[in-house]
Amino acid sequence: MRAVCWEGKYDVRVETVPDPEILNPRDAIIQVSSTAICGSDLHLYDGYMPTMEKGDILGHEFMGHVVDVGSAIINLKIGDRVVVPFTIACGRCFFCLRGLWSACDNSNPNWHIAESLLGHSPSGLFGYSHMMGGYAGGQAEYVRVPFADVGAHKVPENLPDEKVLFLTDIFPTGYMAAENCNIQRGDTVAIWGCGPVGQFAIKSAYLLGAGRVIAIDDNEDRLKMAAEDGKAETLNFNDQDIFHKLKFMTGGIGPDSCIDAVGLEAHGTSVDALYDRAKAALYLATDRPHALRQAITACRKGGIVSVPGVYGAFLDKFPFGVAFQKGLTFKMGQTHVHKYIQPLLELIEFGQIDPSFVITHRISLEDAADGYQTFKQQTDHCIKVIMKPGMPSTRSNGNGNGRAH
Amino acid sequence: MDTWEVTFEDHNRQVADNGNTNNSRVNVGRIERVASAIGGGALVGYAITNRTKTGIALGLLGAGLLYRGATGQCEAYRSLGINTAEDVPSEDVARDVHIEKAITVSSTPKELFRYWRNFENLPRFMEDLESVTRLDETRSHWVANGPGGKQVEWDAEIYNEKENEMIAWRSLPGSDVTNAGSVHFEEAPGHGTYVKVVLNYNPPGGKAAHFFAKLFGKEPGQLIEHNLRRFKQLIETCEIPTTEGQPSGRKQQTEAPGGRKENKLASKTPVDKLARAAREGAA
Repeated sequence: MRAVCWEGKYDVRVETVPDPEILNPRDAIIQVSSTAICGSDLHLYDGYMPTMEKGDILGHEFMGHVVDVGSAIINLKIGDRVVVPFTIACGRCFFCLRGLWSACDNSNPNWHIAESLLGHSPSGLFGYSHMMGGYAGGQAEYVRVPFADVGAHKVPENLPDEKVLFLTDIFPTGYMAAENCNIQRGDTVAIWGCGPVGQFAIKSAYLLGAGRVIAIDDNEDRLKMAAEDGKAETLNFNDQDIFHKLKFMTGGIGPDSCIDAVGLEAHGTSVDALYDRAKAALYLATDRPHALRQAITACRKGGIVSVPGVYGAFLDKFPFGVAFQKGLTFKMGQTHVHKYIQPLLELIEFGQIDPSFVITHRISLEDAADGYQTFKQQTDHCIKVIMKPGMPSTRSNGNGNGRAH
Repeated sequence: MDTWEVTFEDHNRQVADNGNTNNSRVNVGRIERVASAIGGGALVGYAITNRTKTGIALGLLGAGLLYRGATGQCEAYRSLGINTAEDVPSEDVARDVHIEKAITVSSTPKELFRYWRNFENLPRFMEDLESVTRLDETRSHWVANGPGGKQVEWDAEIYNEKENEMIAWRSLPGSDVTNAGSVHFEEAPGHGTYVKVVLNYNPPGGKAAHFFAKLFGKEPGQLIEHNLRRFKQLIETCEIPTTEGQPSGRKQQTEAPGGRKENKLASKTPVDKLARAAREGAA
C-alpha cells in the first residue's frame, strides 16, 4: 500500500510499504477513505519530537471502512464505515472505565519510555513517535486499529467524510477544551490560537452557553474564519497589548476562562531553548509559551485556564505565583476522544454544527509532502488539509497507488 | 533456615557487614572476578571497534574491570566497605539481588491468585520464560532463556502460600539460578488488586553479571516490571498490545517478526472469563 512516511525534519514521503495485518484478537484493519494533517503532526514534521524513527507511518486523523477484523471483534463487520479516535484505549482498565481514555494504562507497548520521561505512561497514539507506542498511523491506504471494538466508532452512511472526519481529534479536542471551562451562561471565554482546534473551541464555547468569545491570533485568514464562521470577537496580537485590551473589554475583570489552543512547539521544550526564546521575544509574535503565560495573567480571579495545546516536559518562567494568588484552576491533557464521539456525532446529525468549515485544502494522499509544506508555511490561506488515498495526484511525477503484496 | 524467607529488607547491608571482617587485600569474589575480566575484555573490545566518546568511556571502564578481575581488588568496593570475596556459606541462598515491583490489576485477588497459582500460565506473559512444568502439587520445573540465548533450568517448590493472598517459592538445590520469590495479592478498593512481586536471586556470574545486565539494559528489575505489565495487559484486555509486525517505510519492511510469538500466545489465552470477572470486580 501507499503510506506517508516520516523520513526526517521537513521530509515526509509517500512510499510503498507492506499492508498492515491483524496482529491481535481485538484488531481491525481499516481502508482509509479520508485522513487529515493535524497541527500536532507539525511537531513531528519540524523534527523536534523525540523517539521518531525514519520510516514511521504518520497520521492520527483518519476514517474509512472495515476490511478485516480480529477473532475477538464481535461488534464490527467488514464494510462498516467508522471513525477512529487518535488515542488508542483498551476500554477496560481503571482509567478507561472512568472515561479517562487518553490515560489508558494498557495501550502503549512502549510505556517504559514514557514512564522514564513523564513518571507515568499516557495511552498509545497513532503515528506519533515511539514514546507514544510507535503505532503506524493512518495517512495511508490501510491502517491497523488496535482495540477496535472500543476504538472504531460506526458513522451513518448519509454523512459525508468531511462532516465526520474531525470526530477523530480536533472537534472533540476543541470541545473538551470548552467543556473544561465549566462555562456558565453568559461567560466570556478568551481563546489563544485560531487554528483548527481553536476554531472548534470557539464554536463549542458558544454551544456550551458562552455569551462572548474573544479569539486571539496573528493570522488574518484564521481571524477571519473565527469572526465569520465562529462569530467571535477577534484580536490580532501584533496590533495591540492583549492583556490590557482584554481587561478593557471585560470592564477590568478579565475573561471568565482562557483557552490556550496554541501549545508549545517541541523546539521550545528544552529549558535553555525556552529561556532564549523568551528573552528574544519581548512581544508575543513567535514566543509560543507566552500565550499560556498571557492566558494565566489575563484570566479573572478564580477563573479556569484550559489547555488543549500540546506541551512537552518543562516550562520556563511559568507564572505559578500569579496562578496561585488568583486562585486559578487548570484543566488540560490529551482528549478523551472516545467519550465525545457519540454526543458530538449527534450534534452533527442534528445540524447544530458542520465541522467541514475548517477545510481549506483537499488533496491526494500522493501529494502529502506538498500538503505538509503548505500547512506548515500557512501559505495559500491554509487552515486544514485533508487527504484522499484514492484521489488522482496533481503532481506530474505522482506514481499512483495500489496495494503491495 | 530463615535465610530462605523472602522479606522486604535489603540484603546488601548484610553482605557489607561480612566485608568488614575481611583483612585480605582481595575483596572480589571468584565468580565475580571471572565475570569482571570477561566483561572488561568485552568492553575494551567494544571500545576498539567503536571509537566514539561512549565507546572510549566504556573502554576505560572495561580496563578497570579487567584489572579488578585479574587482581581481585576493587577500590570502589573498598571505599564502600563491600567485600564479596568471602562468599556466603551456601550458594543456594538467594540473596545477591533483591527486587520489589508492584502493579495494579483490575481484578479480584481470588481470580489473580488462581491464575498465577497455575504456574503453567506464567510463560504466557513472562517473556523470557520458556516453560513451567508441574511436577507435583508444590514442585515445578522451570526453563528460561538466560543471557546470550543460553537456556537456564531449575526446579522450584512452593514453600509457603495463603489462598488468595500470596505464593512464595524457592529454587531447589542444583539450580542454574538460585532464586526465591513471592507474589502478593492485596485488595485495592476501587482499583482492583495490587500485585506485588518480591524476588531474590543469585545471577549466574555473581553481582558483576548483574551490573553488566544493568549496563546493557537487561536489568532483572526492569524485566519483572515488564512482565508484570504484560500480566496486567493480558488480564485486563485479553491480549498484549504490540506493534511487532506492522508496516513501516524502513528497508527491513516488516518489523522484527519475533514479536508474533507473544501474540499467538495471547490469542490462545482463554482469559475472557477472567477479564469479565476483572471488569465486574473493578466496576
